[in-house]
Amino acid sequence: MSAADTTTPAKVPPPRQAPPPAPVTKYPRRARTSGGSATPWLLLAPCLLILALVLGYPLVRLVTLSLQKFGQSQLWGFQPADWVGFDNFSGVLGDGEFWQVVVRTIVFAAGSVVFTMVLGMLIALLLQRVSGWVKTLVNIVLVASWGMPIIVATTVFKWLFDADYGILNALLSKLPGVDLIGHNWFASGPQGLAVIMLLVVWGAVPFVVITLSAGLTQVPAELEEAARLDGAGSWGVFRHVTLPILKPIIVMLTTLSVIWDMGVFPQVFVMRNGHPEQEFQLLTTYSYDRAFVVNDYAQGSAIALITVVLMLGVVAVYMRQMLKIGEVE
Amino acid sequence: MDAVATAGSGAGRGRGSTPRPRRSKLGWNLLGLLVFLTAGFPVYWMLNTAIKPAKDTIDPDPSLLPTGFTLDNFRRALAIADFWGPVGRSLIVSLTVVAIGIVVGMLAALAISRFAFRGRKIVIVGILAVQMVPLVAMIIPIFLLLNDLEQYDKLSGLIITYLTFILPFTVWTLRGFIVNIPKELEEAAMVDGCSRTGAFIRVVFPLLAPGMVATSVYGFIQAWNEYLYALMLLSQKNQTATVWLGNFTTKHGTEYAPMMAGATMMAVPIVVLFLLVQRKMAAGLTAGAVKG
Repeated sequence: MSAADTTTPAKVPPPRQAPPPAPVTKYPRRARTSGGSATPWLLLAPCLLILALVLGYPLVRLVTLSLQKFGQSQLWGFQPADWVGFDNFSGVLGDGEFWQVVVRTIVFAAGSVVFTMVLGMLIALLLQRVSGWVKTLVNIVLVASWGMPIIVATTVFKWLFDADYGILNALLSKLPGVDLIGHNWFASGPQGLAVIMLLVVWGAVPFVVITLSAGLTQVPAELEEAARLDGAGSWGVFRHVTLPILKPIIVMLTTLSVIWDMGVFPQVFVMRNGHPEQEFQLLTTYSYDRAFVVNDYAQGSAIALITVVLMLGVVAVYMRQMLKIGEVE
Repeated sequence: MDAVATAGSGAGRGRGSTPRPRRSKLGWNLLGLLVFLTAGFPVYWMLNTAIKPAKDTIDPDPSLLPTGFTLDNFRRALAIADFWGPVGRSLIVSLTVVAIGIVVGMLAALAISRFAFRGRKIVIVGILAVQMVPLVAMIIPIFLLLNDLEQYDKLSGLIITYLTFILPFTVWTLRGFIVNIPKELEEAAMVDGCSRTGAFIRVVFPLLAPGMVATSVYGFIQAWNEYLYALMLLSQKNQTATVWLGNFTTKHGTEYAPMMAGATMMAVPIVVLFLLVQRKMAAGLTAGAVKG
């Protein structure tokens, strides 16, 4: 990762040399303290056992469920769970409503991620430029909103946007030409989801700001200076110096945000009093609805699996980044 | 953003640079204050609603400043539904999960950070991948699993379930803290005649303690805040604190004043805990992220 190679002063890293030929040993051992070969596995055993029970088994069950017929009567054991192949999937994929939910989820997640990352970046840059006392104030608020339990935040937003007595309608109606007295933000899906998106972004920005701020302190000042001497404006410095250095953090944060925002559930669920209307359904609530409201556990599982598959690409990017980081030892 | 070309004033920039004109700072500070007010408003409004007389919450033109101070809303919140029962259950679940998570996670973290063995990389990838599994997707099979184990509507069932996200988190975070402790310290202790275990207990463990505390607190917060599993895996009579708040409606619809009082009671201790550990956690989580 060479940031701004054009502007770096004379300190150029030596060119990569070919690795020296490996010594001829049959089993190259890393220079790491190593006990008996059984010790690490003994240490890992409890962790792996628990994960196999609470994660491995349910994951397998999720796959098998999606290939079976599984409803109320199978749950109570009145009928056996018959294998039905891909019937659940074809049922789900052939449903027009399902595709609406997919598009809605992707738009919602993409919007949330973009807003979170852009706002987070701007606030992190802003914090570099303000006086110490302002920085402290903003940091306190960020940590407070980050630490707020999601359920608490959701109930607070519910109250802020309440149709009759919500402060937001009252405040906005004070603007000339705006009359939102008694306006119900949740009467339409897009508007209601926009409010929920705001809630998600509000809760997610602090983590991004604090992580990016930590990253920004690692950007060498002399690189920025050099870029400026070469005539780069603020944007140029950001684009060619700051961004390349922050890239690993940005990749990590973006992938994490995608994963989190695709998995938004309680915010929608609690906002809609436990019964999200059709135009509020995201993949998560839709899968829940299918399983626990319609009692079709098999179709619910199929929807959950499709959601996981949709996210796999993003997860792969995150994993690569984390391994890069994790292996620096 | 059309920024004035100012040298960033991040930490660790010597004081040798010329002081910048105050004018440019003023603009940034105003913007910073705007961020402070906007981001802080929901928190402020929660506290404000919680302490003002309930009759003022149904004012069509509410005052932005507190209109009085009363604890009635808190009393009312405690009266509407049993509060201490759910809080007690949340405490039991969160503390147990963290205790198991720290002990088991510590052993696993040691294995992947201090030992070379075949399959180490696969284990690391596995633990990372597990963190990525969306909880919501797992709720159906987990519900059925607990049903089969007769652990539905039992705190023990919820504790087992919470380990799905607490355990990978503790392993990965503790690993980050362990990696930051130089191996040479242990080796020196072993040269001085300590056994491997002795070296760990006398050298690594004390250095690791702050990180372990931070990880525990953070794990506790995660478990405390969880909503979906608690809602699904426990019946109404055994609900936890988050579900208690999520269900905050009465026969007359939602009463926001006591609801905000309940929200305040739930949020304040957690935010305080969070404030105590977040700096340490941020350092642990992003260690090495830039060196990529």
